[in-house]
Amino acid sequence: MNSNIQPLEFNGDWNLSPSLESTDHIDLKDKYGLFINGGFLEPLSNKYFSTINPSNENQISLIAEAGSEDINLAVKSAKDAYENVWSKMPAKERSKYIYRIARLIQEKAKELAVIETLDGGKPIRESRDVDVPLAAAHFFYYAGWADKLDYAFPNRNPKSIGVVGQIIPWNFPLMMAAWKIAPALATGNTVVLKPAESTSLTALKLAEIIQQADLPPGVVNIVTGAGSTGKLIVNHKDIKKIAFTGSTSVGKSIMKSIAGTSKKSTMELGGKAANIVFDDAPLDQAVEGVVNGIYFNQGHVCCAGSRLLVQESINEIFIRKLRDRIQSLILGNPLDKNTDIGAVNSKSQLDTINKYIDIGKNEGAEIFQLNCTIPDKGFWCPPTLFTNVSQSHVIAQEEIFGPVLAIQTFRTIDEAITKANNTPYGLSAGVWTDKGSKVFNLTSKLNAGVIWANTYNKFDPTSPFGGYKESGHGREGGLHGLEAYLNLE
Amino acid sequence: MINFFSNTKVDKVGIEDRVSRISKRSLKSDAKLDGLKMILSMIDLTTLEGMDTVLKVQQLCYKATHLHYQISNLPNVAAVCVYPNMVKTAVDALKGTDVKVASVATAFPSGNSTLEIKIKDTKEAIINGADEVDMVISRGKFHSGEYNYVYDEIAAIKEVCGEKVRLKVILETGELGDFDHIRMASEIAINAGADFIKTSTGKISPAATLPITLVMLETIKDFYYKTGKIVGMKPAGGISNSKLALQYLMLVKETLGPIWLDKKWFRFGASSLANDVLMQIVKQQTGKYQSKNYFSND
Amino acid sequence: MSERIKVLKTYKIFIDGKFPRTESGRYYQTKNNGIPIANICMSSRKDMKNAVAAARKAFLGWSNRTAYNRSQILYRIAEMLETRKSQFLEELVLQGWTNKNAELEIYKTIDRIIYFAGWADKINQVFGSVNPVATSHFNFTMLEPMGVVGLITNEETPLLAIASCIIPAIVSGNTVVVIASEKAPLSALTFAEVISNSDVPPGVVNILSGSKKELSPHIYSHMDVNAIGDFSNLTNDEIKLTAVENLKRIRSFGASEISNDNFDSPYVIKDFMEAKTTWHPIESGFANSNSY
Repeated sequence: MNSNIQPLEFNGDWNLSPSLESTDHIDLKDKYGLFINGGFLEPLSNKYFSTINPSNENQISLIAEAGSEDINLAVKSAKDAYENVWSKMPAKERSKYIYRIARLIQEKAKELAVIETLDGGKPIRESRDVDVPLAAAHFFYYAGWADKLDYAFPNRNPKSIGVVGQIIPWNFPLMMAAWKIAPALATGNTVVLKPAESTSLTALKLAEIIQQADLPPGVVNIVTGAGSTGKLIVNHKDIKKIAFTGSTSVGKSIMKSIAGTSKKSTMELGGKAANIVFDDAPLDQAVEGVVNGIYFNQGHVCCAGSRLLVQESINEIFIRKLRDRIQSLILGNPLDKNTDIGAVNSKSQLDTINKYIDIGKNEGAEIFQLNCTIPDKGFWCPPTLFTNVSQSHVIAQEEIFGPVLAIQTFRTIDEAITKANNTPYGLSAGVWTDKGSKVFNLTSKLNAGVIWANTYNKFDPTSPFGGYKESGHGREGGLHGLEAYLNLE
Repeated sequence: MINFFSNTKVDKVGIEDRVSRISKRSLKSDAKLDGLKMILSMIDLTTLEGMDTVLKVQQLCYKATHLHYQISNLPNVAAVCVYPNMVKTAVDALKGTDVKVASVATAFPSGNSTLEIKIKDTKEAIINGADEVDMVISRGKFHSGEYNYVYDEIAAIKEVCGEKVRLKVILETGELGDFDHIRMASEIAINAGADFIKTSTGKISPAATLPITLVMLETIKDFYYKTGKIVGMKPAGGISNSKLALQYLMLVKETLGPIWLDKKWFRFGASSLANDVLMQIVKQQTGKYQSKNYFSND
Repeated sequence: MSERIKVLKTYKIFIDGKFPRTESGRYYQTKNNGIPIANICMSSRKDMKNAVAAARKAFLGWSNRTAYNRSQILYRIAEMLETRKSQFLEELVLQGWTNKNAELEIYKTIDRIIYFAGWADKINQVFGSVNPVATSHFNFTMLEPMGVVGLITNEETPLLAIASCIIPAIVSGNTVVVIASEKAPLSALTFAEVISNSDVPPGVVNILSGSKKELSPHIYSHMDVNAIGDFSNLTNDEIKLTAVENLKRIRSFGASEISNDNFDSPYVIKDFMEAKTTWHPIESGFANSNSY
């Protein structure tokens, strides 16, 4: 490549006109109670908090904050439903209820996608094409397992556990609810689920769907609130298992509070995944994979490919391609069908991201950002990359959870493997090379639960997901995702 | 042989993912109308049939400069594309307009002839006044691994064309077998001096597709990175409706940027696309869905 | 006639394929009915550190061995044990076992090793999966060893326990650091000699003797240990809390679990493995791209 050549220009006269997804068909209330025992209840705590649209900071609804009495009630209703109804129901019948939920999600897909985008800030393209279809697919997949569990664990007589407590993050609100609830129900457990406080709405819409599916009261309870509400669930004596997705630090504190109890757990925690590009890779597809790996969902992805390792011989051309590709990304109103980069989920997350961007600059890394207009209101961070980064830079070590890519180079395969594995995390990794034997060398040596070779950030209900090391334990998705919700004899 | 291959590989699933994403771009109002007019201006209006006649070609040339009398400010198409024996007819018919005359050459569509005949074929077209030559590569030689032959042949034809006549090199991608071959053939053509690379003759299926076009656009991009030179792109065959044509424009916009969004560097090889675009333009302007009966069919 | 004065052997610890003395220079004596049997190393946290380092160093090589090779090496351990069963018998009896119980434990141990050796090249056939994802990708899940596993054996069945904790962990490619039975450590340390003579690469198995109370906190808190298999029933919750710091996987086994024939199960192996899922695109036919 010739470095004297002008970069390509992507700003021209012919630009896309606004193409907003309609919000006419959505039904949102001003105020939401707690979904307990099949109905929406006013919180006994009498407390509410507001949920806002992070792209314009307008309040959308008031959300109940569950206190200890509320959690007691939710757990009790789940326990009663477990003992009296759900654990006694033939698996075939259980299965049909879960299928009903799947169908209803598909039928309300558009409404759910718009609400997800309003509440969380993610582009409608993603909530429409990824979050909602995958949520429905998870219910479909696990519905079919309900009456086939003996085939998943031969000779082990799999048995449900009881009431499971589930705490989910704000990055994929509906999808995470599906990842948690679907396998729990299929294995015969009942659920108390808490969505993240900044993104409760689609979980509450899911509660309405669960009502419409006529699921027996108490089988699924959805309680809203912040970290203190989550703690009440974790520490409740009748909760038999905790499924948590979130940060590694919160995961550790949960593990500490359940240590010494008989509670089971699955933890899906943080990551700092390496996306490794070799000189024989399909480069343009690798660029696309890197972009999709770090800028998908504003980088609010635990398995985001936040570290790019490029083989030194192609470093210059690859970064040029990457920069040019970033220039064609569109940042703006998440409801616009053409938006690639939506709003950062919350003010506090934006502050965290900006803190790391400052750290990166102060560490002497070279910054490049999408040149775009940032809306006046809301929380925004343009796609960002840092070059001249070494393994010792903070931005190459800590999870940022935003659209910030740290780019390092390597010379040999072994150096790439060493750098990729040189982290306490181990959730995911990416490999780009056209050579099959190299793919398998890398995929077998990288310490991570999910390896994408010549692709990135793909998800499927049949595909187990979960980490090594400090990225958590247990798997969600696939046959392997059933085990955490069962006692095996 | 000259080592001009980058040996860059293409992942087909990745290409298709990218195309699928670009295809979902939503084009509304002004952007759509402007895009439709741009498409018209980029069309190489084509007739390449065994039964082509002088009168048929004259009718086509009239259409090229009178796309739809009811709409003002419509551009002309970019060029009319004909067989070498029809070049003179087209040149005469288009005298005084900005519409170029393009001629297929080099034993179109199979390319199975000697270099001497192909050179003669090309010279004939140029002497008769062709502004542009659309040649085919020797796919048989390509599959035999005789890449030098393919390269030299293109270079020889470009020499005949000189600086003034623009050379479009048809790869006939439908006969190349896979994306890595398309990438390699694109590199051969570009390095041998092609002003444009073109997907297809229109005689073989599959003809142009979005994924194939993306592979070729990426090759053009890499050549630009290496040399700073711009090479044009012409998908041909199978692009018959506006929606699809707009997706091609989005592909160009997001892969190469606005420089290429000009008839100088991007063309559609098509025979029936223009009328569908015209119907869409009238629909955009009137809000009413249209019937083919109201659009002239030449 | 007066009894011959026995030679009191000093049993050394086993680190990185060698038999060093504890760096601490501390020893204790095991006794049966008040009569000294042997001198035993009282390992220190520094011995523990060295053992973990050796296990870490050995991990890549061991986990990269073919499953067939690991299977053969484990089978070799069983063979060696069979040929040296008289020594184990003698030591168990010395430590207070009846002849019959000692014999039973030895046979059970040998058979168990053979059982687990056979799983090396089968575990992924049973627990791996090809996942039919809804996109054009080939997707499969395989189990991999976790890394360095810390093991704490029990006091009840010293030979059976040492084999029952080591073998299911290393069969998949993990490397281990074991804290031997405190009261009856002879079997564990002689087992180290069997390991050493069975083509097991240095560092794959490391065995320390000493005080469980002293050593357990160091293995639980060691940041380079990936998992703990605790067979001891002794570890308190406070020590377990330190394992959260690097999110170690912890599996506890009761003494009865080990003695039970049901212990012979691939699920024990699976407890010390991670599931890894790999994606790769699948090209469809060339003509299919025409669908755009």
